[in-house]
Amino acid sequence: MAKMRYLQALRLAMTEEMERDPNVFIMGEEVGQYQGTYRVTEGLLNKFGDKRVVDTPISEIGIAGMATGAAMVGLRPVAEFMTWSFAMSAMDQLVNHAAKITYMSGGRIKCPVVFRGPAGVGTQLSAQHSHSLEAWFAHTPGFKVAMPATPEDAKGLLKTAIRDNNPVIFMEHAGLYGSSGEVSEDPDFTVPFGVAAVRREGKDISLIAYSKGVAMSLKAAEILEKDGISAEVIDLRTLVPLDMDTVVASIRKTHRAVVIQEEWRNAGFAAELATRIYEQAFDEMDAPIQRVAGADVPMPYAKNLERAAIPTEHDIVAAARRALS
Amino acid sequence: MTIASLNNATQVELLTLYREMLLIRRFEEQCNALFLQGKIPSTLHLYIGQEAVAVGVCAALRPDDYVLGTHRPHGHALAKGVTSRSIMAELFGKVTGCCKAKGGSMHVGDMSVGMFPAIAIVGANAPIATGAALSAKMRGSGQVVVAFFGEGGANEGAVHEAMNMAAIWKLPVLFVCENNLYGASTPVSQIVAVENVADRAVAYGMPGVIVDGNDVLAVRDVTRTAVERARAGEGPSLIECKTYRLCGHSRSDACNYRTREEEAEWRDKDPLLRIKKLLTEETGLATLSDLEQVEAEVEAVLVDAIQFADESPEPAPEDALLHVFWEDK
Ligand SMILES: Cc1ncc(C[n+]2csc(CCOP(=O)(O)OP(=O)(O)O)c2C)c(N)n1
Repeated sequence: MAKMRYLQALRLAMTEEMERDPNVFIMGEEVGQYQGTYRVTEGLLNKFGDKRVVDTPISEIGIAGMATGAAMVGLRPVAEFMTWSFAMSAMDQLVNHAAKITYMSGGRIKCPVVFRGPAGVGTQLSAQHSHSLEAWFAHTPGFKVAMPATPEDAKGLLKTAIRDNNPVIFMEHAGLYGSSGEVSEDPDFTVPFGVAAVRREGKDISLIAYSKGVAMSLKAAEILEKDGISAEVIDLRTLVPLDMDTVVASIRKTHRAVVIQEEWRNAGFAAELATRIYEQAFDEMDAPIQRVAGADVPMPYAKNLERAAIPTEHDIVAAARRALS
Repeated sequence: MTIASLNNATQVELLTLYREMLLIRRFEEQCNALFLQGKIPSTLHLYIGQEAVAVGVCAALRPDDYVLGTHRPHGHALAKGVTSRSIMAELFGKVTGCCKAKGGSMHVGDMSVGMFPAIAIVGANAPIATGAALSAKMRGSGQVVVAFFGEGGANEGAVHEAMNMAAIWKLPVLFVCENNLYGASTPVSQIVAVENVADRAVAYGMPGVIVDGNDVLAVRDVTRTAVERARAGEGPSLIECKTYRLCGHSRSDACNYRTREEEAEWRDKDPLLRIKKLLTEETGLATLSDLEQVEAEVEAVLVDAIQFADESPEPAPEDALLHVFWEDK
């Protein structure tokens, strides 16, 4: 184990997988000579050379499509979007091609490609640079969707993503890059997809989150504890596949839930989660599920407006109190 | 600077161009300082070194023509006539800003002077500009539209589709590529296989013009020609302005990807020095004290803009929920 930051853990995952498998390579804008806009790929060009760390033009359609094509015939690309906000230019390549090729070929073609990069909000980059669009991708059959909340998961989930034989949408949170924690240095360490983690045990209410929502939920749980409320915090880790067993087991214990996402509220992933809880555990519920999400507005610029548009631990606390009242 | 273009420029015109370029330069320098003081948050893509492009292009436009800027839009906005006050207030996140503090640096604009809110998705403004040109043509308004983009942005698929559609339908749009040699840290030689972005124009069937982007009169003149063509219904042009950003890509950029020698070479070609020299030594159209007066005027504008921004109120937090949909007034 070693203490490292989230972005270092991502780098370590890529380094180990590139050492392990010569078919793994990285492509994206500013990933090589500049060492990555957020320094995630720092040192990798030096270590692996420019055939395996490929700087591209600013051409997201090309990046997404080329990574898909290369994956269909033998390679395992890890394509970086400078941020997920820029992936929207490439939606056709992603949704119509990467996600569908295995199905359209009757299961004959595999497409082992990882699309990764930062998502999320928090530094006043306003409307076109603050996206986290996991619901769009989770909505699309054919993608696996991973959203790590901790440095250890950043490493373990990315390794699993690279080894997976399907297109994986790997969304990092820009606001977590600097967070640090203990990470396994074992090159065989991975975190499997579809296994949620109970980050804190509790008996009164389940706070179900992913990505940055997990840290917010843990803070909320501490605040609630002062009022004698025992909150359980569940980190979904991957949205597809989704580990409903862990969620339902928690609901059976607490009978109340808050579902948390940072992205827009309307038709977001938390709605899917709440529906599944109702489908699978309606009889267990003692109160309606409460939802915490971003406001349904393009992200505004001014600090106080941005703050008003994104959820915080206080919103989770308030939602938990509503569920318990 | 060519004598021919000089013949077309009177002293007043030249001093106006100088004043506009200086305003952009000083505005950006102030932004930099205000960012370091924490008055301006987020990030900043400054226009220092490229002033002759925005000013030269906009000098060839009518007030009702449209401009679409990029993630580096302060220069475009100022040159098109957006006020220093409303841009500065926007950067400060104040309700008096040109986007009411919703947009910030990367989205400044003001439709009342023909400046679309800037588009910070690289290359994405080209189809929108082309749509505005389609509208101008259908309405028969005679307006011309300019889309600015970098040599990096030139490689986005959206730009290619826009250029092709503009060409087949002969739309009144100018694609102005500001080739400042680097897209973020990436040198142009690594991302474009032809020598000039303008060389691509032939593939779309439109004129491709290369111009010294640090020569404001040259930029104005080639733009005039393209604007005349566009207004006459002859279709779009691609203008490539060779220039250099004399600052970092964004606030966090130490420019380690380029040499100090190269920077020094381009500092000698600073567009402001060029026009200053033209006005004084080369033509005698202005005296040093004329220039000092312009400097003082610009400073006064900026002192006022900063004070205005500083003293303006913040938006109310609940304003975050306003304006998702258009409301009829
Ligand atoms: C679609 C998209 N991809 C990536 C980015 C991130 N980005 C912002 S500016 C920039 C470089 C742009 O270079 P260029 O087009 O040459 O313009 P310059 O910055 O030199 O003015 C990049 C990659 C973005 N904003 N949009």
